[in-house]
Amino acid sequence: MTFVQFLFYFFAAIQVLAALRVVTVKNPVHAALFLVLTFVSAACMWILLEAEFLGLLLVLVYVGAVMVLFLFVVMMLDVNIAEMREGFASYMPVALVVAIIMVVEMGMVLTQRIFNVRPPVEKVADVSNTEAIGAVMYTDYVYPFEIAAVILLVAIIAAISLTLRRRPATKYQTPIEQIKVRRNDRVRLVSMKAEKKENGS
Amino acid sequence: METIAALLDFLPQELVTVVLILIKIVAILLPVMIAVAYLTLAERKVIGYMQIRMGPNRVGPKGLLQPIADAVKLMFKEIIIPANAGKFLFIIAPMISLAPALAAWAVVPFSDTLVLSNINAGLLYILALTSLGVYGVIIAGWASNSKYALLGALRSAAQIVAYEIAMGFALVGVLMAAGSLNLGEIIDAQRGGIHHWFFIPLIGLFLVYFISGVAETNRAPFDVAEGESEIVAGFHVEYSGMAFAVFFLAEYANMILIGALTTILFLGGWLSPFDGILPASAFTIPVLGSFLDSGVHWFVFKTAFFLLLFLWFRATFPRYRYDQIMRLGWKVLIPVTLVWIFGEGLAIALGWKPWE
Repeated sequence: MTFVQFLFYFFAAIQVLAALRVVTVKNPVHAALFLVLTFVSAACMWILLEAEFLGLLLVLVYVGAVMVLFLFVVMMLDVNIAEMREGFASYMPVALVVAIIMVVEMGMVLTQRIFNVRPPVEKVADVSNTEAIGAVMYTDYVYPFEIAAVILLVAIIAAISLTLRRRPATKYQTPIEQIKVRRNDRVRLVSMKAEKKENGS
Repeated sequence: METIAALLDFLPQELVTVVLILIKIVAILLPVMIAVAYLTLAERKVIGYMQIRMGPNRVGPKGLLQPIADAVKLMFKEIIIPANAGKFLFIIAPMISLAPALAAWAVVPFSDTLVLSNINAGLLYILALTSLGVYGVIIAGWASNSKYALLGALRSAAQIVAYEIAMGFALVGVLMAAGSLNLGEIIDAQRGGIHHWFFIPLIGLFLVYFISGVAETNRAPFDVAEGESEIVAGFHVEYSGMAFAVFFLAEYANMILIGALTTILFLGGWLSPFDGILPASAFTIPVLGSFLDSGVHWFVFKTAFFLLLFLWFRATFPRYRYDQIMRLGWKVLIPVTLVWIFGEGLAIALGWKPWE
């Protein structure tokens, strides 16, 4: 067994165990953290396959941003675990169907007979794979790429517009107005004569 | 390195490689950790002088042994684990925040040959690792089972995600100018004197990058994650002893990393500012020549300058309010980077490259 093979089995074992824990662990925050571990070990496997661009991007996008926001939300929820377990038996048949379909699909990919998947190609000459992906993405696949970009833009605008509801009762600060404030807006110098001292004080 | 390899000849070849890499890692991390220790002292001294007082001056000559005394003190303190805290996560959180700050040094080039791993996607690797540091803060805040800690963690998470976007865009600008993700090649693209460094044509991105860097490390004036006037100490309020010290180390290691990265990306890393300006004969003067020539010392000087800026900011600026931090990140820094990248793209398309 070479060192690379050892690394492969090491990351694979962590990945499978972590993925299993994502669905078996009780606490949703722990589940999210196990998902992070799964992503990181998947990224390590991709880097082993010399797909360092995809691997680092997985860490950057999913681990560094998406999962942080996920945790952000999950941490603030007050989850009642007993309540979540209630419908377990009634959801079971649907879950089983989905699981069986997924297992069959993965089996089809793994046996390679139906999709005829080729093994990954060795690194091309001396072009780094970041450059290779960029070159293909902006030439052969430029239209799919642009369409994907537009769809993402629509999603961003939709998400923002959902949060834009003005409730007249809420009070909030507008930093721009606060920064604009000058001394004269807040302080008024009044000149007045000195008052006479009252008796007995 | 060859002599060490020869000494280890009796071991199998793979093991020798692993041992050599480990020795190199120690050779990089030892100076970094010493720098971290003395940065804490430098901070107290610099802020002290700015506020017209002495700073620590009791332990050792001129207070120079203060960091060691601090370390010894923290090591002997008890680590208190709060009731109902997630014990495993509570212990592992400080390590998660320190590890990425140290692992990022693997791709940092100290001079033209001095680099542990000269990988193609170095810039992306740095960006990916610095984005992992936030997990330490989030996990610490959640596992502490404390409201203040949770609030600090939430603030920090939102802040880091916001500023990471501006940081990433600033890096895109550098990548466009250098035409490479490899840190060594980025430095090479800035060769030829101070006027070739990227901070002149990319001044906007340079400022955005450094401001985002200060925000990413949770330093003043962006340190709302630990704002002591509102949430006591933020995410590490429940930590004591060495567990707290590791958080402290992570913060300073991150500062040094940001300083080093700003140096590499915008100020030509280990390149000398006189390179290409002075005649070649100036570099052959016995002692002064090697000082003026490019080398590790320039990298250290420039990094030290940015570290001084970190300390200076802390002594100068009052803390930002939380909504103002968000406004600065999303509504000021990100639009600046977008416009700058667009302009830069236009310049490259028209064949006008001021940095060459």
